[in-house]
Amino acid sequence: MTARPRQRSRPAARAEAILASAVFTAIAALLVIADFLDQPFYLKLLTRALVLALAALALDLAVGIAGLVSLGHAAFLGVGAYVIGISAEHGMTNGWVQWPLAVAAAASAALVVGGLSLRTRGVQFIMITLAFGQMFFYLANSLSRYGGDDGLTIWTRSQFGTWLSLSDRRTLAWLSLSILLAAYLFLRKLRWSRFGRVLRAAKENERRMAALGFAVGRFRLVAFVISGALTGLAGVLLANLTEFVAPAYLSWHRSGELLAMVVLGGLGTLHGAVLGAFVFVLLEEVLARLTTHWALLFGPFLVLVVLAGRGGLVGLVQRIDAPR
Amino acid sequence: MRLGIAIAAAMVLWAGSAPAQELRVGFMATFTGPGANLGQHLRDGFLLGLDHVGGRLGGLETKLTIVDDQLKPDVARQEVDKLLEKEKVHFVVGIVFSNVLMAIYKPTIESGAFLISANAGPSPVAGAQCSERFFSTSWQNDQTHSALGKYAQDKGYRRVFLLAPNYQAGKDGLNGFKRYYRGTIVDEVYTQLGAVDFSAEIAKIQAAKPEAVYAFMPGGPGIALLKQYAQAGLTKQIPLLSAFTIDDTSLPALGDAADGLVSASQWAADFDNPANARFVADFRKKYGYVPSYFAAQAYDAAQLIDAAVRSTGGRLDDKTALRDALRNARFASVKGKWRLNTNHIPINDFYYVSPGKLADGTPAMVKGDLVFADYGDEYAKDCPMKW
Amino acid sequence: MDPLLLLVQLLNGVQLGLLLFLVAAGLTLVFGILDVINLAHGVLYMVGAYAAAVVLVRSGHFALAVLAGPLVALGAGLALDRLVLRFVYDRDHLDQVLATFGVLIFVNELVRVLFGPAALPFPLPAGFEWSVRLPGGATYPAWRLAIIAAGAILAFLLFWVLTRTRAGMLVRAAATDPAMLEMLGVDVRRLFLLVLGAGAALAGFAGAMAGPIVAVQPGMGDQILILAFVVIVTGGTGSVQGALLGSLLVGLADTLGRSFLTDMLRLALPPAAANEVGPALASMLIYLVMAGVLLARPRGLMPVRRAAR
Repeated sequence: MTARPRQRSRPAARAEAILASAVFTAIAALLVIADFLDQPFYLKLLTRALVLALAALALDLAVGIAGLVSLGHAAFLGVGAYVIGISAEHGMTNGWVQWPLAVAAAASAALVVGGLSLRTRGVQFIMITLAFGQMFFYLANSLSRYGGDDGLTIWTRSQFGTWLSLSDRRTLAWLSLSILLAAYLFLRKLRWSRFGRVLRAAKENERRMAALGFAVGRFRLVAFVISGALTGLAGVLLANLTEFVAPAYLSWHRSGELLAMVVLGGLGTLHGAVLGAFVFVLLEEVLARLTTHWALLFGPFLVLVVLAGRGGLVGLVQRIDAPR
Repeated sequence: MRLGIAIAAAMVLWAGSAPAQELRVGFMATFTGPGANLGQHLRDGFLLGLDHVGGRLGGLETKLTIVDDQLKPDVARQEVDKLLEKEKVHFVVGIVFSNVLMAIYKPTIESGAFLISANAGPSPVAGAQCSERFFSTSWQNDQTHSALGKYAQDKGYRRVFLLAPNYQAGKDGLNGFKRYYRGTIVDEVYTQLGAVDFSAEIAKIQAAKPEAVYAFMPGGPGIALLKQYAQAGLTKQIPLLSAFTIDDTSLPALGDAADGLVSASQWAADFDNPANARFVADFRKKYGYVPSYFAAQAYDAAQLIDAAVRSTGGRLDDKTALRDALRNARFASVKGKWRLNTNHIPINDFYYVSPGKLADGTPAMVKGDLVFADYGDEYAKDCPMKW
Repeated sequence: MDPLLLLVQLLNGVQLGLLLFLVAAGLTLVFGILDVINLAHGVLYMVGAYAAAVVLVRSGHFALAVLAGPLVALGAGLALDRLVLRFVYDRDHLDQVLATFGVLIFVNELVRVLFGPAALPFPLPAGFEWSVRLPGGATYPAWRLAIIAAGAILAFLLFWVLTRTRAGMLVRAAATDPAMLEMLGVDVRRLFLLVLGAGAALAGFAGAMAGPIVAVQPGMGDQILILAFVVIVTGGTGSVQGALLGSLLVGLADTLGRSFLTDMLRLALPPAAANEVGPALASMLIYLVMAGVLLARPRGLMPVRRAAR
C-alpha cells in the first residue's frame, strides 16, 4: 500500500467523533422531546429530515468522497419509492421482500447510470447525470397504470409481522434514525478503509492513482452504486412515511436540494450531510411559516453559505472550535 | 445539544392549544411555482366568502391557517400533517391540482377532518374511493371535457384534432372529451409537460386540416399555445375548443389572441343571480381583478361550511351530524343552484363560455348556450355511498 | 411523410435552435473563459422578457421593448457579477452551482412579488400579425421568421467578432489560456466583464424575442436554462461553434421527435401503445441525444482544447 493520502491526525479525528456524536445525540433528543410533548407533527417532520439525511449521506459518498457531482440522485430516491408503491398496488406488502427488492432496483439503476456516466468528467458528468435523472422523471410520468403524473397512494405500508408496525409513527421515526446511524457508521468505516482512501486520493489526483495501478473507474463505480442503493433505501422510507409516490420525487430540483444539503453541512464529512439535511428541512419549515415568499430569504441564505466559507456548517464549527 | 434544547423550546411555543368552540380551517393551495396564479384566485375567493359571514363560519370563531403545497405532493403531505396534527383543523379546504389532492386524500379522510375540494376532482375520489369525509364544490375533472365533446358533437364537427400535455389528467381529459363526441379523431397528440413551444404541434394541425381542435392545456403553456395558434392565423380557420386553457386567469395575458375561442364551465362572471352579482362586485372591489371559476368555487366552499356548521348549531364533534349537514346544506350558490351527487360532487349545469365583456366593458369569460343540464359525473355509480 | 409538414417542422426546429443559441452562446463563453457554471443565466432571459413586456405595455413601441430586453439584462448581468459571481470565480463547480441556484430562486420569487404570479400580456408587434404562405397551402408565422432572421444575423455577427476583431481574438485566447493572457498584460478581468455582459444581453434579447410566443411568467427561464446546458455540453463547452451545432441539433431533435416519433411508432406498435410510448420517448429524446454524444465523445462534439493548468 504505497498511496497514503491525508493521514488523519488524532485530535482532528477526536473532534470529528465528538461533533458526529453531538449531531446524533441532538437528533435523538429532538425525537424524545417531540414524542414527550405529544407533537406528532414534529415527530413526522423530524422523520422526514432523517429520511432526507440518509439520502444526503449517500450522496456525500458520491460527491464528497468519490468526487462525483451527481445531479441525478433523485432518480434513485424515486426508484426506491416506486418499487414500494408499485408492489403495494399489486397487493405485495411484505417488507422483507419489498425492501431488498427496492434497494436492489436502485442499485441496478445506479450501476447503469454510473457505468455510462463515468466515461465523462467535470461538468459533463454533472449534466449527463442530470440527463439520466430527467429520463427517469419522464419515465415515471408515463406510468399511467400507476397514476402517471398524479402519483400513487400507498394504501398499506410495508408489513414486517406483528412486532414492527410502520403505521406507528414513533416506530418509523426510531427505525429511520437507526438506519441512518447504521449507514453513517458503515460509510465512516468505508471512508477510512483502503477503498475510501483510494477514492479520496483519486479525487485529488486521478492521474497518479491510475499510474499507481488502481482501476480508478471501477472504484468509483462501486462507490456510485453503494450511494445509489442507500439513496434507494431513503426512497423506501420516504414512501412509507408519506404513503404516496409521485414523479415529483424524481425532479431535478430534488437532486439540487440534496446537493445543497451536502454542501450546507460540509462536503465529504458525512456527519455534515446529516446536519445539513436537518438544517435545510427545519429552515424551510421556519421560513415558510414566516412568509409565503420564503425563497426571497432562502436564496440569499444559500449564496451566503457558499460565500461565507468552504466546509459548510461543519467547517464553521471547526473554525470556531479550534482556531489554529 | 444546546441547539436541540432551543428548538425544543421553540416547538413548545409554536404548539399553542386551542380554546373551545373555535372552528379551525386549513386552507391549502399552490402559491409558488407555475400554478401560483391559480392558488391566489382560490384563496381570494375563500377569503371573500369568509368576509361575507363576518369572519365567523357557522357563527363560530374561525381560525384560518393557509399553507402552500408548492405543487409538490410530498410537501403537500407534510403540510397537511401540520394542519391535521398541529392545528387540529376541522376542515381542510382548497386544493388546485389533482396530484396534490391524491397525496393528501388518505391522511385527511382517515384523520376525522373533512376535506373540501374547491377545484381538483380526480376520478378515484369520485368513484370507488369516494368518502363520507370528502366533499367538492367544483366538479369531477372529466365533466368539462365531456361538455366540450358534447359541444363539438352538437356543432357537427366531423373531424377533430386532440391536444393535451402528456400526463394523467391530460389522458383522462381527452377520454372525457371522447365520451360524447362521435366523430372522427384525426390525431391525438400529447406534448411534454411544461413545454411552451407548440410550433411542431401547430404544423401538424395545419397538415391534418381538421374541422376543429380540442386542447387541454392549463397554465403558462396554455397561454403560449393560444398565442401561437392565433399567430399562425388559425383561430379564424379552425375553431379551437379548450378546457382549463382560456379562462379568467389567463384572459388578461392573452388580449386579442383570445378572440373566438370556446370553452365550457359550470360558472361565469355574468351568471345572473343575486348571490353571484354580490360575489363578483365585492370581489372586484376587494382584489381589483375579475374572479375566475377557481374563486367562485372557493367562495362556495366557504358558504357550504358556513351553512352546514350553522345547521348543526355549531356542534363540531358529532361527525355524523356534520356529514349530514354538509350533504343537505342549503345556501345561495353563485352558480344559481346547489345539489350534491351521491359521491358528494356537485351536479352542475354546464354552459359554453367565450371571451367577452362584462356590463362595464371589462374583458371576462361570458356565458353562452347550455350544454348539459343537471350533469352528474360518470364515476358516481362506482361510489358505494348511499344517502 | 408529408414533405410540406417536414419543411415546416425543419423551420420550427431551426427557429427553436437559434433561440436556444442566443441563450447558450453566453453560457458557453462564460463557462469556457471564466470556468463558471452560471445557473442564473436563465434568469437573465426572464429579465429580458419582463423588461420588454413592461416597456411594450407602457410605451406601445415594440422597437423600444426589444431594446429594453438586452439592456436591462445587461445591467442585471453586471449586477450579478458584482454581487455574487466574482466571489465564486475560483471556487469549484459545486459552490458555483449552489450560489447561482440561490440567485435563481431569489430572482424568480422577486419577480413574482413585483409582477404577480400571473403571466404578463405580451402581444405581437404591429406588422408581424400575419403568416407567410408556403407553397402547398401551409402557413408560417412572420414572427417566427423574424426570430430565425435575428438569430442568424446575431450568430453571424458573433462569429465575425470572435474571429475578425482583436477583442474576439483575446476572448478566444482567454478561453484557451487565461493565465498566459494575464502575463501578456491583458486586463483579463475587463475581458471577463465584456463576455459576461455580451452573454447577458444576448439572453435578454432572446427573452424579448420569445415574449410574444411564450408565457412571460416567473420561472420561465428554468426550462430554457436546462435546454441551454444540454446544448453546450452536447456541443462542447466553451465553443461557440459547438453551441451553434448543439443548438440546431437539440432544436431539430426536439421538434422532429415531437412531430414524428409517435407516428413512426404507430407503424410498429398498436395505436394505444404508441400513444403511451411515443410522447414519453419524445420528451426524453434530447437527453438521449446528449447522453449518446457524451458516450461517444465525452467532451462534446467540438470541445475547446484548453491549456493544461
